[in-house]
Amino acid sequence: MAESMKRPPRKIQGPVAWMRQHLFSSWYNSLLTIVVGYLVVTNVSPLINWLFLEANFVGSEPSDCSGTGACWLFVNQRLNFFIYGFYPDDLQWRVDIIFGLLAVAFVPQFIEKFPARKACGLFGLTGLPIIGYFLIPGGTFGLEVVESTKWGGLMLTLILAYIGILASLPIGIVLALGRRSDMPMIRGLCVVFIEVWRAVPLITVLFMASVMLPLFLPDGMNFEKLSRALIGITLWQSAYMAEVIRGGLQAIPRGQYEAADALGLGYWKKTGLIILPQALKMVIPGIVNTFISLFKDTTLVLIIGLFDLLGTVQSTITDPAWQNVAIEGYVFVAFCFWVFCFGISRYSQNLERKLDTGHKT
Amino acid sequence: MGNTMTDQTQTTDPQSPTPGETANKPDIIRVEGMHKWYGDFHVLRDLNLNVRHGERIVICGPSGSGKSTFIRCLNRLEEHQQGKIIVDDIELTDDVRHIDTVRREVGMVFQHFNLFPHLTVLENLCLSPIWVRKTPRKEAEADAMEYLKRVKIPDQAKKFPGQLSGGQQQRVAIARALCMKPKIMLFDEPTSALDPEMIKEVLDVMIELAGSGMTMMCVTHEMGFAKTVADRVIFMDDGEIVEEAPPHDFFTNPQEPRTQSFLQQILAH
Repeated sequence: MAESMKRPPRKIQGPVAWMRQHLFSSWYNSLLTIVVGYLVVTNVSPLINWLFLEANFVGSEPSDCSGTGACWLFVNQRLNFFIYGFYPDDLQWRVDIIFGLLAVAFVPQFIEKFPARKACGLFGLTGLPIIGYFLIPGGTFGLEVVESTKWGGLMLTLILAYIGILASLPIGIVLALGRRSDMPMIRGLCVVFIEVWRAVPLITVLFMASVMLPLFLPDGMNFEKLSRALIGITLWQSAYMAEVIRGGLQAIPRGQYEAADALGLGYWKKTGLIILPQALKMVIPGIVNTFISLFKDTTLVLIIGLFDLLGTVQSTITDPAWQNVAIEGYVFVAFCFWVFCFGISRYSQNLERKLDTGHKT
Repeated sequence: MGNTMTDQTQTTDPQSPTPGETANKPDIIRVEGMHKWYGDFHVLRDLNLNVRHGERIVICGPSGSGKSTFIRCLNRLEEHQQGKIIVDDIELTDDVRHIDTVRREVGMVFQHFNLFPHLTVLENLCLSPIWVRKTPRKEAEADAMEYLKRVKIPDQAKKFPGQLSGGQQQRVAIARALCMKPKIMLFDEPTSALDPEMIKEVLDVMIELAGSGMTMMCVTHEMGFAKTVADRVIFMDDGEIVEEAPPHDFFTNPQEPRTQSFLQQILAH
């Protein structure tokens, strides 16, 4: 008796015990298990059949697809268009370099022990956009110019999301700090900015950027549609970001501000060294949520005539040469978005774990 | 009431003798006719106080009497609306540069420690010396380790505040304030948030500090501490300084009825 009191009750182990406990604990649960099991088997196996077993991967003509399974041949054939849009074939190495550098910057972030992990990340945030800025449009260093109207596909999606994310975070931080400023003028401006941009749908912003903005700009000062869309997306996004970050700023206990004040740290040092590191850490889930939703919202540029990944796929499935490939196209797009968004999400969870110092003030 | 206040506080003139070896040192803090309001609420009423270099002052009083607010005015965590506060020959006004100068010379320890949870103990200590005093990192870290030894927790330097006990956190907070090599230390109820068994380790550090000649102002309910280290005990009630006296006189022969009833209550058991 005394012996058994010391130990927690032994957990029953083994798959049979587990199933008995969780799946067949009563006649009602057994029935549910059987019904659900039947539904899973009858639905998953056709899905796997369609996706892989009966699907066609090789060939060159639409007629090579059997029609019983997915026609991945179509994705395979048009992959170049889905990735680069109308970017000239012989210049696509420039985009490939950027893709490569993107991998160099971010893949190490998932490998805990990678020696130059931080340097890679820093490069991704600073060097990479600069290189991209010169390499992709060309026009400098003897590189042939590629108009932004020719950019498209996954490359365009990534450019929009990357720049949107990269620019909206610092602007959001500034707006959030401004909204909590003691100076009425600054606070007023930030409140107006945030409330105006946040209250407008992104589609409206994009239409305004592509159609109305040129009307207001003086003659001769006209920049391309992509830049206008980018500015619109960034400002719109930064208003959301500001509110997420403000949530974090408000969660910092007053004592932290006072301790920093008492140590003689001025406003900027207090904000940069004490408040922001804690506030941002606290709202990582919110920030990442915003990033992911921005990543997917970039598909809206379709309506102002930019061909992002979804746009390129959609224009291809209406191509009379390929019939009945809509499902394959959309599954492919969904998969691509899922890979990137899931990657962002995993990275943020990683980051949260790493930054946790176990202190709840 | 206003008149008796003035009479009371006149005894704090620098000329009037107070016991202790600090009697003929110059003033480091001067508070003259200071008032503070929160909105319409008059929290501090006509405070007058002079503190000499190296003097150790304990402020006590019932909760809501304004004692915390008072010492928080001394490094301008709170703003006063009338009267003068002069710390180390600098008057506290809206001038941010003056405030920053004063804050560099005045260390503060809070009831809830307020350590920076995202930084290690050592980083907590070095932050301000490096960023405000511009001390080279190596030197700041060596200094910090010295202070950690002084508060008897050098082995916790690499830990995060969240991994320490309350008493240890408060000692880190004291060390953090000392790292700025302040001329004055303010303590705002430093032991009130601690479990009883941790109070002593913090008080020991404070007593050691008092022995080193640091100017200290301490809001506390630890009457034992007041008796051992204070040069003067100040009793505040309702935003006023009701009575101030050397600890022996204060505890054995309080003059004011309000002080008497307060002491009766806290010393009853």
